Amino acid sequence: MVAFAGWEMPVQYRGVIEEHLAVRSRAGLFDVSHMGEIEITGADALEFCQRISANDVARMKVSQAQYNLLLNDRGGVVDDVIFYRLESDHFLICVNAANSDKDFQWVHQHAEGKVEVADVSARYAQLALQGPAAEKILRPLTALQLGEIKSFHFAYGDVGSIRCLVARTGYTGEDGFELYCQSGDAERLWNALMEGGAAEGLVPAGLGARDTLRLEKAYPLYGHELDDTTTPLEAGLDWVTKFSKPAFIGRDVLVGQKEEGVKRRLVGLELREPGIARSDYPLFKNAEPVGRVTSGTKSPSLGKAIALGYVAGAAAEIGSEIDVEIRGRKVRAEVVPLPFYRR
Amino acid sequence: MEFPEGLKFSKEHEWVLVEGKTATIGITEFAQEELGDIVYVELPEVGEKVVKDDPFGAVESVKAVSDVYAPVSGTVLEINDLLPDNPETINDDPYGDGWMIRVEMTDGDDLKDLMSAEEYAEYVVQRKEVDDEDEEDEEEEDDKEKDKS
Repeated sequence: MVAFAGWEMPVQYRGVIEEHLAVRSRAGLFDVSHMGEIEITGADALEFCQRISANDVARMKVSQAQYNLLLNDRGGVVDDVIFYRLESDHFLICVNAANSDKDFQWVHQHAEGKVEVADVSARYAQLALQGPAAEKILRPLTALQLGEIKSFHFAYGDVGSIRCLVARTGYTGEDGFELYCQSGDAERLWNALMEGGAAEGLVPAGLGARDTLRLEKAYPLYGHELDDTTTPLEAGLDWVTKFSKPAFIGRDVLVGQKEEGVKRRLVGLELREPGIARSDYPLFKNAEPVGRVTSGTKSPSLGKAIALGYVAGAAAEIGSEIDVEIRGRKVRAEVVPLPFYRR
Repeated sequence: MEFPEGLKFSKEHEWVLVEGKTATIGITEFAQEELGDIVYVELPEVGEKVVKDDPFGAVESVKAVSDVYAPVSGTVLEINDLLPDNPETINDDPYGDGWMIRVEMTDGDDLKDLMSAEEYAEYVVQRKEVDDEDEEDEEEEDDKEKDKS
């Protein structure tokens, strides 16, 4: 167990690699109750959500979820989040644990008009059931028609007789569900899922596997690939940034960046010599510093050392040879297309 | 947890098997357990000099890198060539097949600073208590931070 953003979290139960591989081949259960939740309601809720975020919230139907970014006025990322449209003027935002307080303050500060903002983090627990066997495991525990819940959609129902918001979302690149329940019900829900999943080989999975799974899919992690100086365009999140929206915080800066072109880009690297790249290791091209690693590990599914990092200019092209400095030694790497892992 | 009688132990969780002037060195069961799955091992070259209390290599788990410190000074005679392709050997057999390097010791007196199996076993128990205290202190500080905002 480690202290993480004010919570006690398990890095692993039986082993990071074992848990990682279990999620890819069967299923794993993560306790992600540390995540924060913010509720936005009121007649002006939609307009407000549009203004404070990069993606087009109006495209969400009720019962739909959406990956989104909260941006500051320099186009930098305050947090990467998931929006849930509970009703047409009622939204739930799931935010990173480490940014819970920061995000709530920021959203609250920017509230204008008929809008109420509430920090409801304490109300909710969240468990993530992830892997190809996830639906099979969940089916006998709920009356919900799981086959009808499409990716990035959700429904309310009972799971093991516990009231949940069941969302087909996740951070692993596998099929799966994130289940929100009342905090007080978390332990019972955990036990119901672990028991129900035993026959399918369900294992509990910790932060270590959560990180290797998301990294293989090149999903960003706030504090590594994203922070308040990185823009969505630099981070390869153009697809989340809807310039068709007439106004949102940070839009002007991003329009300018789009026209001029970004000066640095987030790329994927595979090491071509023995070694493992880690966060903040410097990157070089022909002995010139060109950037730094944001995340790195040895990929359990691929058996290779992979990394994400920001690289300047032309060095960011696929196939470009980049050197990672690992404890004083330059180790050769290559820019590769993303994601690293596909089913 | 195992604490083999014939070995000597350092505060940094390395073990030493002494045979005449030769010392075989690895990391302990406690260390590999703390690290979790080991995915990469950095070793010195044969012929390199290692210096007591200085790092001679590193072991990497999925999440982090840890330096490994030389419990004695000497010259590297042999390195375990199983480890580059099978780093997890250290997890599976830390005192046997998971040995890291073999050195020719320059100063037998270096051994005096090392612990016996019994002393190391006690040291590990104490270390675990300190870690629990540190975790509690960290949580207290985090709680204070939360109260401030």
